[in-house]
Amino acid sequence: MKTLYIKGGRIVDPAEGLDKIADLLVKNGLVYKVAPGLRPPPGSEVVDATDLIVAPGLIDIHVHLRDPGQEYKEDIFSGGRAAAAGGFTALASMPNTDPIADDPAVIRYIRSKVEQAVVRVYPIGAITAGLKGEMIAEMGRMKKAGAVAFSDDGKGVMNGNLMRNALSYASGIDALLIVHEEDSLLAAGGVMHEGPVSSVLGLRGMPAAAEEAMLARDIMLLELTGGRLHAAHLSTAGSVELVRRAKAKGLQITAEVTPHHLLLTDRAVKNSGYHTDTKVNPPLRSEEDRQALWEGLLDGTIDAIASDHAPHSSDDKDVEYDFAPFGIAGLESTLPLMLDEINSGRRKEFNIAMLVDKLSAAPARILGLPGGRLSVGSPADVTIIDPQRSHVIDTAKWYSKSKNTPLNGRRLTGAPVYTIVGGEIVMKEGVVPE
Amino acid sequence: MALIHKATVMDEKAMQQALRRIAHEIIEHNKGTENLVLVGVRRRGVPLARRLQAYLNEIENTSIPLGILDITLYRDDLTQRTDQPEVRTTDVPFSLENKDVVLVDDVLYTGRTIRSALDALMDLGRPATIQLAVLVDRGHRELPIRADFVGKNIPTSKTELVEVRVTEFDDAEQVDILENSVQ
Amino acid sequence: MQALRRKDILGLEEMSAEEITLVLDTARSMREIIQRKIKKVPTLRGRTVLNLFYEPSTRTKASFELAQKYMSADSVSVAGTSSSLVKGETLKDTVRNVEVMGVECVIMRHPVSGAAHYLARSIEASVINAGDGMHEHPTQGLLDMFTIWEKKGRIEGLKVVIVGDVRHSRVARSNIWGLKKMGARVVISGPPTLMPPDRAELGVDYCPVVEEAVEGADVIMALRLQKERQESGLFPSLREYAELYGLNARRLAGANEDLLIMHPGPVNRGIEISSELADGPHSVILEQVTSGVAVRMALLYLLLGGVKEE
Repeated sequence: MKTLYIKGGRIVDPAEGLDKIADLLVKNGLVYKVAPGLRPPPGSEVVDATDLIVAPGLIDIHVHLRDPGQEYKEDIFSGGRAAAAGGFTALASMPNTDPIADDPAVIRYIRSKVEQAVVRVYPIGAITAGLKGEMIAEMGRMKKAGAVAFSDDGKGVMNGNLMRNALSYASGIDALLIVHEEDSLLAAGGVMHEGPVSSVLGLRGMPAAAEEAMLARDIMLLELTGGRLHAAHLSTAGSVELVRRAKAKGLQITAEVTPHHLLLTDRAVKNSGYHTDTKVNPPLRSEEDRQALWEGLLDGTIDAIASDHAPHSSDDKDVEYDFAPFGIAGLESTLPLMLDEINSGRRKEFNIAMLVDKLSAAPARILGLPGGRLSVGSPADVTIIDPQRSHVIDTAKWYSKSKNTPLNGRRLTGAPVYTIVGGEIVMKEGVVPE
Repeated sequence: MALIHKATVMDEKAMQQALRRIAHEIIEHNKGTENLVLVGVRRRGVPLARRLQAYLNEIENTSIPLGILDITLYRDDLTQRTDQPEVRTTDVPFSLENKDVVLVDDVLYTGRTIRSALDALMDLGRPATIQLAVLVDRGHRELPIRADFVGKNIPTSKTELVEVRVTEFDDAEQVDILENSVQ
Repeated sequence: MQALRRKDILGLEEMSAEEITLVLDTARSMREIIQRKIKKVPTLRGRTVLNLFYEPSTRTKASFELAQKYMSADSVSVAGTSSSLVKGETLKDTVRNVEVMGVECVIMRHPVSGAAHYLARSIEASVINAGDGMHEHPTQGLLDMFTIWEKKGRIEGLKVVIVGDVRHSRVARSNIWGLKKMGARVVISGPPTLMPPDRAELGVDYCPVVEEAVEGADVIMALRLQKERQESGLFPSLREYAELYGLNARRLAGANEDLLIMHPGPVNRGIEISSELADGPHSVILEQVTSGVAVRMALLYLLLGGVKEE
């Protein structure tokens, strides 16, 4: 019987209301016991977690794995290793692959390939067939095949009646819709946030209203149909306020935010000299929006942090700004960036327990996944963090096949040191063995 | 490296005398001033040409045209200099066709400036003759160029510098020899 | 200031008033050369310039080519095609070719904003932006300022009104930055749908009624109206645009006596400006073309005339 003994760490488990120095014993891939002063059974593998934080495994609920179809950008294997390197024990993969995950066969393909990944991978299916926004996809059959939620991520569902029906239908099978809130007609071919910076740069802008109008519509539809809705990557102050009010009304709505929207603004497009690594959808917004996102995160309006890992090869990105695809890769930078925010003391209310909630407990809760807690008998998915470790974002060393991030070179404090999935160490000191 | 003053080789009076003599030589050589125009090379050739113009006008009781030539765009060392010379305007407000042009500069040294000036003049028209008047000829020619009228021949070494000072730009009217001293 | 300490000319936003003044001063010397019978100086003999035009252009391209010939530079002009859909050679590959050809300066026009920045970042050669998308067209801005400066003797304190599709205009952006740095006051006018969505950083006043905007104006610039703006629903018809915003003598009654009327060309007569104005005594539209060659000669000299400091 294989045992793993994690000794003397600070156990931070917000779902269990736990924050204390204790030992953690894993048997057969499950949490066996959490208590101070445990004695490891002979032959146990021992991890010394003194001065380290022991958290339930982090879950990234918004990842583009590009598999099947665009494996030159990422695949389930490389994306899985990148996740492990970034401290994630599980991730949910978006359906905009080729073929699109709008069919149980594609969901099953991903599930079968997940064996190769070092972390848990949960497929998300499409809301509409072919992501075309015309007909509801077979959500029920995909759910049976293992889809954990449904999303047309990358674009909004423009047809209001179709969205109403999708929400209504999903409520009948207890399925969650993850919505990319964007009115593509209002966004009007924009490539960055519409505002003073876009006006100076002469780049077509996407107004905040393109996101907010769509989110407002979907909240009204949610009120009409009942059901559950998760708003992906909020980016504007207005969106935060809309979710806040919807929650106050008691609607079943949750929301996420990405590190790049918390840390960067549209000025990055200008300061980088039009570098296409700053091109992302939703776009990097204004400073007021960024501050409102932090407020929303701290007051609980925003439930989770997700990377929206959107890998693109350098050939795809090394073109003129208009021609570059949207997206920032973030599996390996999300946790260090957020730890650094805590260390910097820039946000007093932001602490480790809250971070673990936003990156582990809340994602598990939103998608209804096992994990997100270290209760006895739950899967032993554990992320061990050194909050004082110096870390530099260096894409050259990434496990991801893609290096597209405007945050490359950032010097940070705080990094994961162990990623443990089902009791197996898959990452140690930044190294993910084959 | 510093510049050290070695000697003053011409004072104001000497300069006046030299220019007046040159004026007479020009008249003699051209048998009058009828077809004559003056062109000063920026920067210090211009005030010297003005003084020469005044003497010629006075002696011949006439009014000789004076033009200004900026040779920056004709230099052959543009691609070797890191201190990019400022371009100023050439102002030759009369035709050079079939004229006898007297080109005026302060110091004749390697001949490269005059080579550039000749190119610049040719682009402006086709004069009958071009003659060269300089206040100082210090030797060390690198091109087959010579002056028709010289105020003073001053033998120098290559480490020396001949500085013509005119009241328009400087606080004195004299010619100095300076030397680079390597500390 | 005697020399431009920069590798590229990407936009007037990043240039200082001193740098702009140096360019205008140098352009004045260059204009003297254009007026000669023999319009040629040997200054840039042996220097190689590439004109890379990803958009059709008549006057900007001709103007750059003449400037190169007058300065004795060797130049090649290439028409590129650029589109995310048409798979041609990428700009990145074009750039690599440019590098090995030993080109020292690239003049580029490109339909995408920021393309000049991209190019400048990727190559060691100097880049002169000949218009990038809706961003900037710095040489046009400089030649417009040169024209004003020659005619008015100053830029500081003038009121300049830019009328038309400012939103999509790189000419307007370059003029706004340049004129403001040189001390002019800039007012923009036209329908709100053709104005930049956010004017805070541009620092211009907006007056939607042309008659009011031009009150006391020293200079009025009309911008070219692209037909596709109507097709994308930004205004109802060319007829209505001409009636509400087109420049004509009656509409400009409130402007100053010695008003200058400018247009970057090509002119849509009877739409953004009446023929009577475009050809009238206040118009300096043709002077703008001459200024263009002088300004571009000045820039070529200032970028290529010296040795790059290591």
